[in-house]
Amino acid sequence: MATKQTSSLARFMLAPAVVLLLVWMIVPLAFTLWFSFQQYNPLNPIRDGFIGFSNYLLFFNNPAFLWAILNTLLIVASVLVITIIGGILLALLLDQPMWGQGIVRILVISPFFVMPPVAALVWKNMIMHPGYGVFADIARFFGAQPIDWFADFPLFSIILIVAWQWLPFATLILLTSLQSLDGEQKEAAEMDGAGFLSRFIYLTLPHLSRAITVVVLIQTIFLLSVYAEILVTTNGGPGYASTNLPFLVYQKALLEFKIGQASAGGIIAVILANIVAFFAMRAVGKNLDK
Amino acid sequence: MARAVTTQHKTIVTAAAWIVALLIFFPILYTIITSFKSEQEAIQGFNLIPSGTTESYAEVQAQSGYFHFFLNSVILSVGSTILALIIAIPAAWSMAFSPTRRTKDVLMWMLSTKMMPAVAVLFPIYLIFRDTGLLDSRIGLMIMLMLINLPIVVWMLYTYFREIPGEILEAARMDGASLWNEIIYVLTPMAVPGIASTMLLNIILAWNEAFWTIRLTTTEAAPLTAFISSFSSPQGLFWAKLSAASTLAIAPILIMGWFSQKQLVRGLTFGAVK
Repeated sequence: MATKQTSSLARFMLAPAVVLLLVWMIVPLAFTLWFSFQQYNPLNPIRDGFIGFSNYLLFFNNPAFLWAILNTLLIVASVLVITIIGGILLALLLDQPMWGQGIVRILVISPFFVMPPVAALVWKNMIMHPGYGVFADIARFFGAQPIDWFADFPLFSIILIVAWQWLPFATLILLTSLQSLDGEQKEAAEMDGAGFLSRFIYLTLPHLSRAITVVVLIQTIFLLSVYAEILVTTNGGPGYASTNLPFLVYQKALLEFKIGQASAGGIIAVILANIVAFFAMRAVGKNLDK
Repeated sequence: MARAVTTQHKTIVTAAAWIVALLIFFPILYTIITSFKSEQEAIQGFNLIPSGTTESYAEVQAQSGYFHFFLNSVILSVGSTILALIIAIPAAWSMAFSPTRRTKDVLMWMLSTKMMPAVAVLFPIYLIFRDTGLLDSRIGLMIMLMLINLPIVVWMLYTYFREIPGEILEAARMDGASLWNEIIYVLTPMAVPGIASTMLLNIILAWNEAFWTIRLTTTEAAPLTAFISSFSSPQGLFWAKLSAASTLAIAPILIMGWFSQKQLVRGLTFGAVK
């Protein structure tokens, strides 16, 4: 039982974390909101001050904006599809008895620990480079013309890299969930003559549903803000072909110094993230009650 | 009754799993191999057997002072993790052992701060850092990384602390242990494994953070993420040197990661998948 003394102590212990996060959440965001209604360029001494929603209109009317939103959603959706389907297949495979399971797991999980700039550079230069990459070597081996991936398929290339980084995460979570599936249930289903496919659809998939939800939600949070992979490979190009929302905001803020527009873009990113967060919180919150 | 596993089935599964695993691991493997080639060898087409030269490693250090960035990565990831633990341990502790009606809301709210996209606050943070002289400083970045990961650290610790049985606390209290003694002698030994796991995962996350570490540093405080990103600029790409730098940048964390697979699941799913 918590006494009065311990409960006030508890509050005292909680305070630093709460205060820090509160400041971290409110102060910069308030600045961004304020800037999003201002005409402000640090290189230009003339400030017109409050300009209403003009920044938002400018941002929306910029053709790059549509590209950025579309690319952001495409990256999130494609990587999710690849990692979930690939992750389920891999988890099913790794769940079987085999020799050297420990090493196989280590190999599969490794890409997750590679820092994004390294992952992007390795893929860009070692694997997908039109002159010296492994893909080019393979193409030449079959007598085909090597493909210039980042020039011809920029968004696809980035999706490929990001999917490679997140496939291990999905696999690991799904495998963990798979291993908690009741073995007796599986056997019972098998004895009743259920084939592999029907066992998968009626037993395994429902069991995995929560893990899948978790993977979708957590990956979405991170995938909405893919940045370093674009910076070191395509730099958003050609044109805006591989620019996503975070990258566009970065360009506006730190390259063009259009702070108002960048801030408007930032606020839009917050709204987008909040829509996702709303569902994420509900899923995680439900689990907390158990 | 265990299912009978035929050797044939096991052989097929093993072969399939190894092929897939090696394909997934291949970019990393090939980078490590290339790092032991000379620049000449590196661009001579596909070749899995390097000459074994370590000249690229020496050159990466000689040309760019690799160790400076490596040291920054260590300082930033370990420093921010310790900072986060100092703030998170009491918080998680109080929520796990003296929960109130609002504890769940507090936890959910902390989690929600993690969902704020970094770009949304890029410019204000940049301004604040510039005006307080924190730009390109280790301490500034350390605080930044601490704030980013604080929600995960609190959550992870909370899920560990919650598993410590409350009866032990009550028994200690009945024996007349003060709150302080209770914390030092009863709870701490039971909490150490959870704290260690949290620390490991957080170091990995901080090491690999690649938005703020790139944008808020230039040279002085720049860690490996910023250093590696500078390789993307066009002034002469050198495959072997790039591979050596990449291998050095990922090796320590890769090894740590292999040891923390289980904690990774727990930490990144906020205890939702066990």
